[in-house]
Order: sequence, then structure tokens, then C-alpha cells
Amino acid sequence: MAIKILNAVIAILGGIGGAIIIFWILNKLAESLKGRWEDRVKPWMFAGPAILAIAVYLIYPAIVTIQYSFANEDSTAYVGFKNYVDVLTDKTFLQVLFNNVLWIVIVPALTVVLGLGVAVLADRLRPRGEKTAKTFIFLPMAISMVGAATIWRTIYDYQPQGTPQTGVLNAFLGLFNKDPVYWYGTDTLHLNSLLLMIILIWTQVGYSMVLLSAAIKGVPEDTVEAGRIDGAGERRIFFSIIIPQIWPTVITVFITVLIGVMKVFDVVYVTTNGAYNTDVIARRFYDELYTQGNNGYAAAIVVILLIAVIPILIYQVRHFRAEEAAR
Amino acid sequence: MTTTIQPGTGTPAEEPQILKQSKMGTGAGSATWPVRVGLLVLCVAWMIPALGMLVNSFRPRDEQFASGWWTAFFNPFGSSWTISNYTTVLTSDSAGIPMSQAFINSLIVALPATVIPILIAAFAAYSFTFMQWKGRDVVFVIIVGLLVVPNQVAFVPLVKLYSGLGLNGTFIAVWLAHIGFGMPLAVYILRSYMSGLPTAVIESAKIDGASHFTTFWRLIMPMSTPALASFAIFQFLWVWNDLLVALIFLGRGDNTVATVALQGLQGQTGAGRELIPAAGYITIIVPIIVFLALQRYFIRGMTSGAVKG
Repeated sequence: MAIKILNAVIAILGGIGGAIIIFWILNKLAESLKGRWEDRVKPWMFAGPAILAIAVYLIYPAIVTIQYSFANEDSTAYVGFKNYVDVLTDKTFLQVLFNNVLWIVIVPALTVVLGLGVAVLADRLRPRGEKTAKTFIFLPMAISMVGAATIWRTIYDYQPQGTPQTGVLNAFLGLFNKDPVYWYGTDTLHLNSLLLMIILIWTQVGYSMVLLSAAIKGVPEDTVEAGRIDGAGERRIFFSIIIPQIWPTVITVFITVLIGVMKVFDVVYVTTNGAYNTDVIARRFYDELYTQGNNGYAAAIVVILLIAVIPILIYQVRHFRAEEAAR
Repeated sequence: MTTTIQPGTGTPAEEPQILKQSKMGTGAGSATWPVRVGLLVLCVAWMIPALGMLVNSFRPRDEQFASGWWTAFFNPFGSSWTISNYTTVLTSDSAGIPMSQAFINSLIVALPATVIPILIAAFAAYSFTFMQWKGRDVVFVIIVGLLVVPNQVAFVPLVKLYSGLGLNGTFIAVWLAHIGFGMPLAVYILRSYMSGLPTAVIESAKIDGASHFTTFWRLIMPMSTPALASFAIFQFLWVWNDLLVALIFLGRGDNTVATVALQGLQGQTGAGRELIPAAGYITIIVPIIVFLALQRYFIRGMTSGAVKG
């Protein structure tokens, strides 16, 4: 244990010290060059290590993953499109895909609506009350999905019939003499998936609330005032004046949550491990890579995920360019 | 500057917000009773699950399974309380390894993985903001695009690469992975902050003959403290709360982190089940403290419009 801590301290000091020394050396190297070359090389010396980290840990592996998706289980021979055919004709995978679509359709929209609701209501409290209310809603954001799933056992827990129920939902059913329900195992109308989504929403509403609240406070008062003078009611003002002005933030929140949901893993892995028809793409990927040891199939799943992300990626880049142009 | 979100890392010199006047029932302090009650109910509902786990973490095993946590909550003097769940899970191997060890492992993983990328990203952000070079904008746009790419794209080759190097299960493997995965966000946050800094200061430093290296250390780093803090909190919470990267590159064993240990404990059906709430609190206490203490910086980072894939 002491050795481990020592290692970590060395890693921190060595990492920082090493980085400083490397940048110092790179800087000296650049300065030793003459005239124009110094100006040409120095920016690369400064940005180089970061670019290298990104290249080694994201760009290069992404390319290799695409390559692996056309290869066999242990990536030793090419198999053409076999993995993709396998993935897309696998009935269980199509179900997984459908579950992910459910998450994508429900979670981001609900997170935005709930966050907007809290933001609007809390905005009417006095600053102190607003801050307190927001802290409560926001707090779950700091909690890991593993932690959140553990916390929600107090709500969803199931004990066999005839024994005392320890989860709030089943205790509630017991008040009406109804049999306890094993919630995670109930996939009627995807109830169990919905219950898992609530855990994720619980952690995300705070994020949505904070961003939307900042946006609402940024709406110029005179636009709202103008609406009032023209005789618009509160509802009309909200939907026709405030919403259009905070729309860019709504989109930002929606997209951020959407990205998180597309690769949702933790909450499903911890609660049902994909059983009872709750499986999602990222958990299936982990399963194929780790439990099944099928690199090709796993890589093909990731490539499908990557393709699904491309529209968001294009949006993100465009959005960034527009912001830069507005600078 | 960003038109979407006002108080972001991109706007260091934030103009004071004009306070809304409370007219016609929408301004601050205008809440009606239904609004107040509604919010109160919502806040209580939001805290109930965490409260339930807190109550259960201090209840002995037989009571935890003989009645719901609310029984003890509403009748605190008629119930027995104990800290043995905490002491047991901290010292015994119920979760694979003692939670105390897993807790320290989490710190060992999270601290270097938070601190090391900051400097690397700050240099890069400086280069992207204050230096002119060919390809700069193209490279940055690629980084912006990578913000939304799921980390999963990297796993298959990295696992293979690491096993070739014998790195699987070592702290170095996770540190490096988190440095790489966190880098796009770090560069993005720091650059968007730096580009909001007053250019006149940098220009005058240049005229005074200061090199880029000096300008970086003496001017830009001190001026960027708020953005550095936001990213540090982000990255720390992200790494501490991460399950997937830790599962894949560190796995279970002596180096197991708290989230993985807690996950392992979930499968318990017999002995050890009563330890789950205590283990849960041991896992989430650090992020909660960090978050409550540094909320301001955390929110600032979020409102910079950054997303992480």
C-alpha cells in the first residue's frame, strides 16, 4: 500500500516535472533554430504533446478499430463484411439497437423539459432559495452511475413475496395488498428500461437546469417587457419570447445528453447487466470484447456507434465554426 | 463570443447581469405558494433515494432486511444503529478488496490523471490561441469533432496494445488512457477561455520582448486559473466516477478502484449484501465534497458549452 501511494506521488511529481522539462527542452530546441524557423516550429512544440496524446489514444485506435471490424475474432485475418452481417442480422442485437433508440428518444427530451421546468420555477424564488433548490437538484450530477444505481435500490428493491419489502415502490404496492414486483425483470412495455432511464435522468436534470437557467437569466428584460405591453400572457411570453431566445442552449443540452445516452453503459451494466431485455449497445460491446473475446464483432459495434455519432459531430463542428465567426 | 450561454469560461470579463425587476409575477421572489410547494416536493423527491441509502448504511443487517429504511427514518429511537457496515466493508474483502484500499486506489488513479493533462493542454491551448501556424484551425476543428466521439472507439486496439506491453491492470495504463481521453475537452475549455483574455496584455508583453515561454508562465497561466480549475474538477469527477475505463484497463484485483469494487458488491445476494449502502457512500463521498466545495467552478466549466464524448 505504501509503495502504491509512493508510486502515485512519483507519478504526480514526475508527470508534472517531466512535462515542464519536456516543454522547456522543446522550447529551447525551437529557440535554437534561426529566424523564421523558430516561429514555424515553436507552435508545434507547444501543441505537440497534446496532439500526440489525442493521436495515440483516439485517432489511431479509431482507425485500427475500423480495420479490426473487418477482421476475425482475434484480429488475425480479414473476413470482409462478415462482422457487420452478423451484427445486423443478429435478432438480439437489433433488440439492443431498439432499446438504445428508446433511450435516445426518451432521456434527452425528458431531461431538457424537466430541467427547463425547474429552471423556470426556481427563477421565481429569492436568490437564496433558488440557490438551495438548485443545489439539491444538481447534486446527483456529482455521483457516479454506479453510485446512483446503488442509491436507487432503495426505491426499486425487491424481496420475495411474503417477506418484508425494502424498496419504496414495492412497499407502496404492499399498502394496496398487491404482490411485489421484480422491477428490473419486468419488460412489459419496457418498464424496466424506463426505470433505468429514470436513474440517468435523476443525475442529468441538474446539468440541464443549470445551463437553461443561465440562458433564461440572459434573456433581455425589454423583449419580455415588449411582449407584455403588446398584451401577451405569461404562457405566450414563455413560448413565443423566452423559448426562441434560449433555443441554442436547449439544443446544446439536448446534444450533450444525447451523446451520453448513445453510449450509456454503467447504469445497465450495474443493475441488470443487460438481462431482461434491457441491453444497450455499449454494454453489448463490452460483453463482446471482454466476455466473448470477439474483437471483430465488438469493433463492428463500435463502428456502428461511430456512424451514428457522425451527424452530431458535423453539427458540433458547424456550431463551433459559427461561434468562432461570431467572435 | 458565444451567444448561446452567457456565463461561460469563454467570457472571463463577465458584465454584471442586469437584475430582472419583479413585475407581473415572474421576477425573483415572485413565487406563488404552489410554485414553492412544488419545488419543495421536487427537491425532497430528488433527495429521497440518497436519504434512503444513508439511513440503510447505518442499520444492522437483520434490520435492513426486516423492514424498509423509512421504518428507521420515522422511528429513529426505536431502531438500532451501527457503524459496523462501514468498518466491515472498509477492512474486509467482501467487495473483492477492502473498500479502504479501493478508495486509495481511486485517489491514486484520479489525482495524476487530473493533474498531468492540465499542463499539456494549457501549452496546446496557448499555441492554438496566441500563435499563428499553418493548419492550426484544421487541427482544432478535428479536436472539436473528437469531443463527441465515444471513447469506446479506442478500446479494442488499446487492450491489444496494452497486453502486448504488459500494461493491462497497471495504474500507468489508466493514467495514460485518461490523459488521452480527457485531452480534447481540456484543450477545448482552456482555449475557449484563453481566447477571451484581453489581447492587449499579450501584445504589450511581446513588445517588451517577452518570449512565448515567459508569456505563458508569467501571464497566461495565472490569468487562466478559473478555467484550469473548471477543467480540473471536471476531469477529477469524471475519472473518479468512471467505471468502464477502470474495468477494461485495471480490472479486478489489488488495483481495483472504488466504483468497480462497488459494482462487484452489487451481485451479492447472501452475506455482504448489507454492506452495499455503506460501500456506496464511501464511493460517492469524495465527488460530493468536491462538488459542494467547488460548485462555482464546476458550473463555469459546464456553461462553457463543452461536451465530452
